[in-house]
Amino acid sequence: MRVAEAWRVALDALRANRLRSALTMLGVIIGVASVVLLVAIGTGTKQKVEQQVEGLGSNLLLVVPGKLDVGTAPVVSPLDLKDVDAVSRVVGDPGRVAVTIASGATARAGTRSDFTTVQGVLETTPAVFTRSLARGRYLTGADVDTSRRVAVLGASVARALFPDRDPLGQQVTLAGVRFRVIGVFTPLGQSLGVDRDDEVHIPVTAAQRLWGTQRIDGIAVKAPDRERIDQLGDRIVAELSRRHPDTEFSAVTQQQILGVLGDILGVLTGVLAAIAGISLLVGGVGVSNIMLVSVRERTREIGLRKAVGARPRDIGVQFLLEAVLLTSIGGLTGMALGVGTALLVDAVSPIPAAITWWSLALAFGVSAAVGIVFGVVPAQRAGRLDPVVALRAE
Amino acid sequence: MTVAAIEAVDVSRTYELDGVSVPALRGVSLTIGQGEYVAVIGPSGSGKSTLMHLLGGLDRPTGGRLVIGGRDVATLTAPELATLRNETIGFVFQAFHLLPRTSAVDNVALPLVYRGVGARQRRERAAAMLGRVGLGHRLGHRPNQLSGGEQQRVAIARALVTDPAVLLADEPTGNLDSATGEAVLELLERLNVESGVALVMVTHDPEVAARARRRVAVRDGLIRSDTVHDRPLSGGDGRPETLDAAPSAEPRSASGSGPGHPSGGSGGATGATGRLPRAGGTGGPGGPGGAG
Repeated sequence: MRVAEAWRVALDALRANRLRSALTMLGVIIGVASVVLLVAIGTGTKQKVEQQVEGLGSNLLLVVPGKLDVGTAPVVSPLDLKDVDAVSRVVGDPGRVAVTIASGATARAGTRSDFTTVQGVLETTPAVFTRSLARGRYLTGADVDTSRRVAVLGASVARALFPDRDPLGQQVTLAGVRFRVIGVFTPLGQSLGVDRDDEVHIPVTAAQRLWGTQRIDGIAVKAPDRERIDQLGDRIVAELSRRHPDTEFSAVTQQQILGVLGDILGVLTGVLAAIAGISLLVGGVGVSNIMLVSVRERTREIGLRKAVGARPRDIGVQFLLEAVLLTSIGGLTGMALGVGTALLVDAVSPIPAAITWWSLALAFGVSAAVGIVFGVVPAQRAGRLDPVVALRAE
Repeated sequence: MTVAAIEAVDVSRTYELDGVSVPALRGVSLTIGQGEYVAVIGPSGSGKSTLMHLLGGLDRPTGGRLVIGGRDVATLTAPELATLRNETIGFVFQAFHLLPRTSAVDNVALPLVYRGVGARQRRERAAAMLGRVGLGHRLGHRPNQLSGGEQQRVAIARALVTDPAVLLADEPTGNLDSATGEAVLELLERLNVESGVALVMVTHDPEVAARARRRVAVRDGLIRSDTVHDRPLSGGDGRPETLDAAPSAEPRSASGSGPGHPSGGSGGATGATGRLPRAGGTGGPGGPGGAG
C-alpha cells in the first residue's frame, strides 16, 4: 500500500517537472544507450571474425615459423618446397597440404593498374581453404610443376583491371612479368576491414622465380578429422624442427586463432563498455544533483508531509523512488535507443552489431543501481529535515 | 474533569545558534483539555510559534515534560512522534501549505496516506470532510483554482480528516481579508463545537483571541496570563484588562532585566501549573512578572 503510493507520488513529481526530468534522464539514456551499442558492436565484430575464421575451412592447421602469440615479431621463414614434401609425407596426403608465399605487387592490364597481394600457391588451395571460382578454372598441378605464368584473380582485382570486359584469357603484368588470367574467384567480402577479394593467385614456383627466392612463408594442412588435429600438428612441428634445428615452428588450429582473436576483441569490448560506463556514471551524478535541487525546492512540501505524519523513512523512500524511477525510465529508454541504433548500424553500415541479453540486463541493472546510489544522499537529507525549519522555508 | 489532550510541564526550548544559546521558551506549563477552545496570543518573537510547534509534536522541548495524547514526547523516536502527530494533531497554517498540482480531495487525503488507509477509503473520507467545510463542489480543484478562503478550508479539512484530538491553528486568518477570515474562524469554532476537537489558535490579533473562551498570553518565552472568560464572543469587557494589561505592564521590566529571566520563568510556570486547567482565571499570570 505504502509502496504503491510512494511510486505514484514519485511519478507525479517527475511529471510536474517534465523538462527537468527529461534532461536528467538524458544523461542516463546516453550512458545506457552507449553501453548497449558499443557492447553490441564489440560482440558483433567478434562473432563475425569467428565466422570468418571458421569459414576458412574446417580442421585447418596453419604451420608457420616462429611462435604464434600476440606481440612477437615475425620470423624469416627457412621453409622451402622440400619441407612441403616432408610435411606431405607426415600428413600422408599431398592434397591436404597448401602453401603460400605472398607479396604486394602492382598488377597491370593495359592502362589500368591495381596494387594487390600476389600469392604463390599450390593447386591444393581451394580444397584446403574453402574457395570457389566464379569463372574459369583454378591452377593445376601441371601449372605448378612447370611454373606456368597463369593467374587467378580475386573479385575486386578483376573488377579493377577489367571493368568492362571478360578477364578470362587476358594478360596481366605482375612485377613486370606477364601472366594469363585463367580464373576469377567468387567474392568473399570484407574481413576486419581487409578486402579479401584483393588478391591474385599464381603457381608457387612462378612466384619464387618472380621474386628470386626458394622460400615459402607458411604451410596450411587440412586435417582428416578434428580429434587428431593437435597430434598431427605436433608431428609436423617435430619433423620441421628436425629439418631446421635453429628455428621454432608453430602449428595453430582455428580454435587457437579464435582464442587469441577472442581475447583481443574481448578486451576491446570491455574497454568500450568501460568508456560508456563512465558516461553512465556522469549521468548518475546529474541525477544526484537534480535530486538535491528537488529536495531543496520541495522543502516546504517535506515539512508539511512530516507535519501530517510522514515518518523520516516515508520521505526518504519517496525521494529514493523518484531517483530510481528517473534512472529506470532513462535506462529503459536508453536500452531501446541502444538496441535501435545497434540494429541500424548493423543494417546500413559495414560494422557488425549483435545485441546480447547480458549487456541489456547489465545496462538496466547499473542504471537502476545508479539511481539508488545517487539517490540515497538526497533522500536521506530529505528524510532528516527538521519539520519546523522545513515548514518555514521559502 | 477529562483527561488532558496535551500537557506541558515546565517546558523550555533553547536554540543553539553558532554556539550561543537562545532561549525561545523558558519554562511553560500549559494543559489543553479535550474539546477546549484556547487562543494563544503574543507578539512576534514571544515564543508562541515555538510553543505551537512543541504542542503539535513538530519539535521537542529541551527541558520539562511534554505529554501529547497521553504519551511523553521524550520517550518517542522520530517515527513514533510522526505517527503521534498523524493520529492526535491537526495543523492549520497561515500559509495554507497545500500541495500544488494536487486536487483538493487529494490534499485532504494526504494524512491518511501516512496512516496506511486505502486509496478508495481515503477519497471517500476526504470528500466527506470537504463537504463538512462547505467545499463538496470543489473536490477536483487545485489550490491555484481556489480562493484564499477556500484554500484555508481545504487545509482545515486536511487537519480534521484524521479525527485528531487537537486542532492547532497558526494565524489561520493571517493571509485572509477580514470577511474571509471571519468565515474561517466561524468554521473552526463550529467544528470545535460539533466534533469536539480541541482548538488551539495561535494569533497576534487580540480581536481574534477575544473569541476564545480561554486565552493564554505569551511573552518573552513565558506565559504571562492564562484566563477563562464566561462570555467569549461578546468581546468588550474582559479583553483589555486580561490580555493587554498584563503583557504591557510586565514584559518591559522582564526584558530589561536579563539575569532575572530563568528564575522568573520557572516561578511563573509553577504558578500557572497549580492553577490549571481552566481553574477560572484569577490574576495568576501576575506571578511571573513579580518574580522577574
